[in-house]
This record gives sequence, structure tokens and C-alpha cells, in this order.
Amino acid sequence: MTTSSKLLSSNGAGWSMAGPAMALMALFIVAPFCLAFLLSFTNQRLVSPNPTQWVGVSNFTNLLSVGVIPLEPLKDDATGEVKKDEAGAPQYPATRSYTRNNPEHPYFDGMRDWFSVTLGTTRYAVVAHDVIFMKAIVNTLLFVIVVAPAQGALALLLALLINQRLTGINFYRAIYFMPVVVSIVVVSLLWRLIYAADGGMLNTILGALTFGAFKPVDWLGQPSMALWSITAMSIWQAVGFHMVIWLSGLQTIPATLYEASTIEGATGWQVFRYVTWPGLRNTAILVLIVITIQAFGLFAQIDVMTQGGPIDSTQTVVFQAIQRGYVKQDIAGGSTISVVLFVLVLSVSLLQRYLTRGSNR
Amino acid sequence: MSSTSSPNVLGLAGRYALLTFIALIFIFPLVFMVMSSLKPDLQLLTDSKSIRAFLPVGDISLNNYFNAFKRAPVALFVFNSVFVTGTTVLLSIAICSLAAFSFVFLQWRGRDTTFALVLATLIVPFETIAIPLLLLVNNLPWIGTDGFSVGWLNSYRVQIVPFVADGLTVFLFVQYFKDLPRELVEAARVEGASWPQIYRKVVMPLSGPVVATAAILKFLAMYNQYLWPLMVTQAEQYRPVMVGLQYFFQLNRAWGEIMAYLSMITVPVLAFYLVLQRAFIASIAATGVKG
Amino acid sequence: MRKLGLFAAALLASASFAGLAQAATELQMWDHGAGSDVETKLITQVVDDFNKSQSDWVVKLEKFPQAAYNDSVTAGALANKLPDILDVDGPNMPNWAWSKYMQPLPIDEAALSKLLPGAVGKWQGKIYSVGLWDAACAIFARKSILDENGIRIPTLDKPWSGDEFTAVLKKLQATGKYDYPIDMGMAWKGEWYPYGFSPFMQSFGGDIVDRTTYKTAQKALNGEAAVKFGKWWQGIVKDKLTPGTSEDPATRDSGFVSGKFALSWNGNWAALGALEKFGKDMLFLPAPDFGTGSKIGAASWQFGVSAASKHPDGAAAFIKFALQDKYSTAFSDGIGVVPATVEAAKASKNYAPGGAMEVFYGLSTKQGLLRPVTPGYVVEAKVFEKAMADISNGADVQQTLDTAADEIDADIKKNNDYGH
Repeated sequence: MTTSSKLLSSNGAGWSMAGPAMALMALFIVAPFCLAFLLSFTNQRLVSPNPTQWVGVSNFTNLLSVGVIPLEPLKDDATGEVKKDEAGAPQYPATRSYTRNNPEHPYFDGMRDWFSVTLGTTRYAVVAHDVIFMKAIVNTLLFVIVVAPAQGALALLLALLINQRLTGINFYRAIYFMPVVVSIVVVSLLWRLIYAADGGMLNTILGALTFGAFKPVDWLGQPSMALWSITAMSIWQAVGFHMVIWLSGLQTIPATLYEASTIEGATGWQVFRYVTWPGLRNTAILVLIVITIQAFGLFAQIDVMTQGGPIDSTQTVVFQAIQRGYVKQDIAGGSTISVVLFVLVLSVSLLQRYLTRGSNR
Repeated sequence: MSSTSSPNVLGLAGRYALLTFIALIFIFPLVFMVMSSLKPDLQLLTDSKSIRAFLPVGDISLNNYFNAFKRAPVALFVFNSVFVTGTTVLLSIAICSLAAFSFVFLQWRGRDTTFALVLATLIVPFETIAIPLLLLVNNLPWIGTDGFSVGWLNSYRVQIVPFVADGLTVFLFVQYFKDLPRELVEAARVEGASWPQIYRKVVMPLSGPVVATAAILKFLAMYNQYLWPLMVTQAEQYRPVMVGLQYFFQLNRAWGEIMAYLSMITVPVLAFYLVLQRAFIASIAATGVKG
Repeated sequence: MRKLGLFAAALLASASFAGLAQAATELQMWDHGAGSDVETKLITQVVDDFNKSQSDWVVKLEKFPQAAYNDSVTAGALANKLPDILDVDGPNMPNWAWSKYMQPLPIDEAALSKLLPGAVGKWQGKIYSVGLWDAACAIFARKSILDENGIRIPTLDKPWSGDEFTAVLKKLQATGKYDYPIDMGMAWKGEWYPYGFSPFMQSFGGDIVDRTTYKTAQKALNGEAAVKFGKWWQGIVKDKLTPGTSEDPATRDSGFVSGKFALSWNGNWAALGALEKFGKDMLFLPAPDFGTGSKIGAASWQFGVSAASKHPDGAAAFIKFALQDKYSTAFSDGIGVVPATVEAAKASKNYAPGGAMEVFYGLSTKQGLLRPVTPGYVVEAKVFEKAMADISNGADVQQTLDTAADEIDADIKKNNDYGH
């Protein structure tokens, strides 16, 4: 888009051809987003007889406020020694004494325990005003950080596998792509049955494959497992799509390069590293950015399978936005989350583009 | 991994074994779904604990399909989905390619800023604007066969119009157009062709692959929509397949019918993909890779 | 000439009468039963009968799937496109009345005196909704299993105590014949959690919100009684006496009937299926008494008038018509719900004296406790559901209940106490 040939410049035609699309996007994407932005500064409910009031940034502070309380071990008044509990560990005062009606610490009022870190003898209790939202952000980031490289790498491996001239390879390629075609809601429904703990299909299959050595796992019921079960299922569904993208990238690498490398006696790994991978650079960037943006929108799987549980281990940002905005009828709260999400995704995307700017984009 | 090595039977068998093993992983839930749709409910559930889940054994029949049609107007829902999706895909390709043409070949004030804005909309997940969009379409006017009315709920247009223009489709076309040979366009311009003529007669005929890509992606996105139709369709006649799915989740669910319904609604999407897949794959090469 | 004039006048008069007769006003009605063939057939029958029985009003029915119904009403309210007659789930009625989706029903209270309390929806002293049936929960059990294990069969007057109930579960678990002794049904996310589980908490002495003021949940939801309930509940999940939150919905739907579970905590809508399988062996037992008496939920789907409707009298006429005992009986026979009046019960297949589900009628009358009657219920239900799920998954009971109570309090305050 850097040409400036006089033959190509034209204001009127430019605007009129781009006009319909821009008008539609302005009306149906930009305008609602601006409305969401405005709503986040009010206390608008979905429907309510109470009038809407402007509340400034209080929605944002309620959502994002975090604090750190340093706690010293409790000391016995008489002896000055540290009090210990049954296990012999030092006792600390409850954070509740700081966060409930404590006039010395108005900032912490209403916050709840998130997690704590003990350095030396001091325990630092991290408290947050909206712990569930914090967990949602952490889970979403975890999901993105794992899915982006895992799905991308897996798709690349599959593409390398598929990129052979075998008879019937197209049949396999179509099958690997098939989950992409099915709605994520349908996939979630099927997998909820597959992941069932007692006599669920996955447990049965794994048990059969390992001749009984595998013990049934409660895939969706344990806080440590639930998010990863959903991650695995999401990768299963979407990897075919990125496999096809990688495949096309692979097929643009000139065959002459491969021939040259064989002549020079390069090993498989060297071929990959020096011929294949550099040729895939642009594809890699596209794949990474698309996966990342889509991963931030994790919602349908949670809604169908776990509703954010167990114990908030599968809370995600978009799920919370819908819970608050639509289910609990607090539109202003839902919009606040949407705005925060937009800023978050924008930052990450810009960061990714910055880190990969060495290419000819 | 190019196949310049001489074929080795064991190696060949090994490769097919690996490919097949992976194929099984990708396909087993779908096989489960289709097989279950042929079985009565209780058998379906007991079979799911063994290999029988994937085999058409036991009391096989199409009863679940017949019953599904009785429980919900399946044909109506499929028609609605195909109609809404098809219309959106056609309009989207036309309008977004037009805009992409303008971004790539024309120079106008504000072009780069507008394009940056278009890219920014890629970041907004739909769920986050769903509610404000709902409030917005409630207040939009319309002149139709009934005359003037306000509010778009309960219609086809509310499921189509908001999704016609989207950042991803514009982006795909822009990337593709950037790789077309400039000389063709410049030559046509020298000969006095107008911009619409160049669009129609020079650029679009060369755009088969990107049209296929955009069509498949848009079709997938629209057909599988879950949240928006749930919010905006109140009259049964406008409901698409995903809202229809709710009909099967009343009290006393019939899981066999659910599987039958799921199998039926997957067919149009699968068919669309299989028809377009060759063009789709060819076009990914052209749009995604060159940067 | 005069004859012509008279004739013309007569013609004109009859034409205008005919015109008047054809000017029946159309009433829109929404119902939540799409996809449920029996419910759809019955409600269509009621509508047809009503339309035929008089000529002032014509009711037009639009059916919605239950899972999407509340969302559709919310969207409809935003667009000001609500129908005249509205189907509403009992506990949501105060919220819809407060949000001005609904207006009070112009029906004389005396006409409703014979109905079960759970079938009448009142908010701030006015009647907003009436239902043809009530729903009740019971412990589904099989006589053969109880006898085989020497377990006492509880009655309405002498239900199991909390300790007895836990002992029964442990005994059944010890036999090793069942995947779990009882299925509480945690696979059914959504309204089932408050409807099915809060009565247990209420039997312990806790509650979702303080019903004297409805302005706070402190002491009710996080008081001693509620914590005791939470610990008991967490115990039965941990001891594998019931499946937890990861139970898949297919197992919940079919587990009791296929013998996986010895007992099941379920509602009467599932009773017909169980009766069909087990016939005379089927028992419906009252909820255990954990200290303050056995409690079960009450109030199911009811009809009301939307606030924007210009014909509340027409809607009231329809609703009065629909309240006839014969329809109540028909719904009961069709989907297994509790008939709303004694007469309707006597005429029904399952609730007549000696009928298989007769005990449910007694349960509804004696033990039925409405979910909190407050517009804040929409949020409270969700908060309670999450608290129950977290407790089942092992979270600290006191902390979870404290958090839930705090969230409910904050929501009530944000909404200016919801008009209480």
C-alpha cells in the first residue's frame, strides 16, 4: 500500500467502494463497542426501574484493584515468641481484619484473599477486589500461553506429516480438518460425555489401550485437570485448520531448495532448520496471531461443559463478561470486562507484531 | 519430508499406520455421534462404555431421526441456517472485496487509518459487543412489506446484516489483492477503464481462491453461531439450527434424538467444505503466506 | 320503499353485528414448552378450547424451548415486544414484576383460594401469576432395595432424620452394588441447584437470603446452620455417596432407571419414566428432616400478564379458563406434575388417593417452601449455584458461603434493595 502512482489516486471512488463495508462495520462493530465503553462508566442494568447513574471509573477500580498486605507472625504477648499452630508453622493474623471495616486501611475494604507468598517470616497476602475476575484473567492467559505454541506446533507436525505424496493423502487431510467444521458447541457436548468420570468413553479407551493399567480420571471434575481437559479438546477441534495453513506455507517452499540440500547431504533436522523453517516464517506469524486472538475468546466450551468450575479453575474473561452482563443482568459490569479484554488483547497483539517485526510484513 | 526416497514397504505400512492412528483420534467423537444416533437411548448409554459405541450394533434404526423431526421443525431450522448463512456469505464477499479493492488499489485520504481500524476490529470477540449490539438493533428502523417499523428482532435481517462486513474477510482480500500483478490494473487504467470495471473485469476473475477461503470461513462462523441467534430470535420461524438444539434439552432428554439432530445439522457444513476444499487450500497459500 | 329501507337497515345492522362478532381481539401468548411434545399438545389444546368457547378473544401461541425462554423474554422486554400472556417460572416472577415486565393480574383472589400455595405468585401483596400445577421433589427409591437392606421406609409424618439418611447412604454404599447410593443430580446446572438443594439447607435452618427483610444474606447463607449444611454436603460428595459436579447429563437422565443408583433426588417430572420402569416397586420418599422439618421447593411455571399488554382482562379471561381442574389433571397425567387443586388431584391418574405419586401432593402441601420471593432472586440463584458447586468440589465451606453472602448483599445494595 505504498504506491503513489498518479494513475491510482482517487478520493471519490475510494470512499464509495469502501463505503458500504465501512458503514456496516462502523454501525455494527464500532458503535456497539463504543456503547459498551460508555456503559462501563455507569451502573446500567439490563432492565430495571432504577434510573441509570454515572459512576465514573468505579466499575474499573472494583474490577481491577489489587493490594498486597504484609503480615507478620502473631506473637504471644507475654513471651514475645511466635505463636504456632498444630503443624508447628507460625500463625498469621487473618486478612479479614484488614479487609473488613478497618478504618486504617480503606483501600483494602471489601477485598478478598487471592493468594499469598511467604518470604522469610513475612507472609505477603495478595488481595483483590474481584478475585474471580483475577482468576479468569490468569486462566485465560494460561490457556493462551499454552494453546498458541502447542496448537501451532502440533499443526506444523501434522502438516509435515501430511505433506507427502502418498495415495489417499487427501482423504487423511479431509479427516484431520473435519473437527474444524463442527460447531464448538456440538464438540463440547460430545466431549462432555467422552470426559465423563465413571465409565466415560475416554477412560474406557485409555483403560483398554493400557490393558487396565490406566485408572479412570475425573477429567472435568478436578480443579487441576479441568482447564487442561478443555485445552486438549480445543486443540483437537482447531488444529486441522492451522495444519492447512502450515501446509500451504510448506508448499510454497521451492522444491529446488530441498533438492539442493539432499545433494549436499543434509540430515532431516538440518533440512528442517535451514530450508523449511525460514520459508515458513510468515506463516508462523499468521498462525500465531490468529490462534492468540481466538484463544482470548474462550467461552462456548466453558459454558457447555463446566460453567467456570470446578472452583473457578475454568473461569475465563469472556465467560465472566456474559455471566455478569447477561445472566446476572449487570450490563455495566459486563461492559467493563469487555473493555478490559479489548485492551488486553490489543496489547498482546501489538507486542506480538513488535516482536516479529523483522519479517517483510 | 519430501518423498524423494525410494519406497520401502515396511516404511510405507508404517506411515499409513501412523496416519490412520491419528485419523482415528480426529474422527472418533464424530463416529460416536453418528452411531449413537442410530441406537435407542438406553443402549446408546451402555454402549458408550465399550468399543460398541463406534459400531452399528444392536437395535439399529432411524427412529431417532423420525422422532427428532417430530420434536422440532428440523427442516425449518436447517433452511433458516442455510438461508441466513448463504445470504451473509454472498453479501460479505461482495462488500468486503469491494472495500479491499479500494484499500489496495486506490489512494484516498484516511485510507491507512481506516484500514488500521479494520484490523483493530479483529481483536474484538463477538461476545463482548453482543449486549450493546442487542440494544442497538432494537432501535433500528426498517421499511419493509409491513411499512415502517422499529426494531429488528425476530427477523432474518438481524441475523444477516450485522455480520456482512467483518475485519477478517477484508483482511484476507487485502492480502490476496496485494499479490496480484500491478501491471494488469495499471494497464487497464491506462486504457480508460473505470475503477468498478477494473474490479469486475480484471481483479475479481482472478480471485477464485480467496473467494473460496473467505466463503468457507464465513460459512463456518455463521452456521455455527450460538449466542446471537439465542438472543434475537423469538419467533420459531426464524430460528437457526443452534437455537433449535435447545428443543432437545427439555426435561426428559432423548439422547438418541439429540445425536440424530447433531448429525443432521453437521451435514450442510461438511458438504460445503468438501465442495470447496481444494480451492480453499490453494488460496491459503496465496493469502496467508506472502505477508 | 319503506320495506326496502327497513330491509336495508336490517342488513346494515346484521352486517355490523357480524363485523362486531368477527372483531375478536388477538392475544399473543408465549409458552416455554417447545420441544416437549406432551406439554405442547396440552397447551395447544387449552388454547384451542378457549378460542372456541368464546368470541371476544383469540389467543395465538408462540412456543419457545425452555432452555432459551428466559433469555428470549429479557430480549423481548428490551425491545418492548412482550406478548400479552406470559409464561413465567415462579421464582422469577418478582424480578419480572419489579422490572416492569408484568402487571398485576385482574383476577379475584377468592377464585384462586383452592389452589396450592405454590401455584399462586404474589409480589408486594398483588397477584402476578397463577399456575396449573406445582412441582415437587422426592427421594426416588425402590421398595425391593430398601427391604433387601433392612431400611425403614419413611413417611410424610416420620421422614428420615439427617443422621438416619446419611446412615442409609453409607449402608447402601457398603453393598457395593451401585455406582453411588444416591444421585443428587449435579449434572443439571442451572435452576436445579437452588430448587433441588436449597431445601436441604433450609431444613438445616439456613436460607439463601434473610426472608424477614430480603435485604441481606448474612447469617442466613453463612450462618452456623448453613455452614453445617455445607459441611454435610461436602462430606457426602467426598465420601462418594453421590456423584459430583462433573457428572455428565446422560448419566443423570438415565442412571436411576438403569440401576446405577439405589436412590435418586429428583422431581416429579421424572417420575413417570421411573414408574414406567419399576411400576409397583417405585417409591417416592419425603426429604429428610435435618432439624427444622423437611422442606422441598415449590412453584413452577405460571401464567401472567405482561405490563405492556393492552388487554389484561382478556389475558385474565384466558388464565381463568385455563385454571379449570380438567386441564390441571391433564397436565399432571401428561408430564407428571402436581395438580394445583384437590379436585384435580382426585381426578388424576397418579395423584388420586392410592395413586403412585399421591405422596407428592402431600409433600407440596406440607413441605413446600417457595424460593425467596424477591427480585434479587435472579442473582441469588446464580450465586447459590456457584457456592454449591464450589463446596462440592472441596472449597472451604465458611469462606465460600461468606463470599456468596457478600456478593448477594452487594447486589441488593446496588439495586436499591430491589424495592423491599
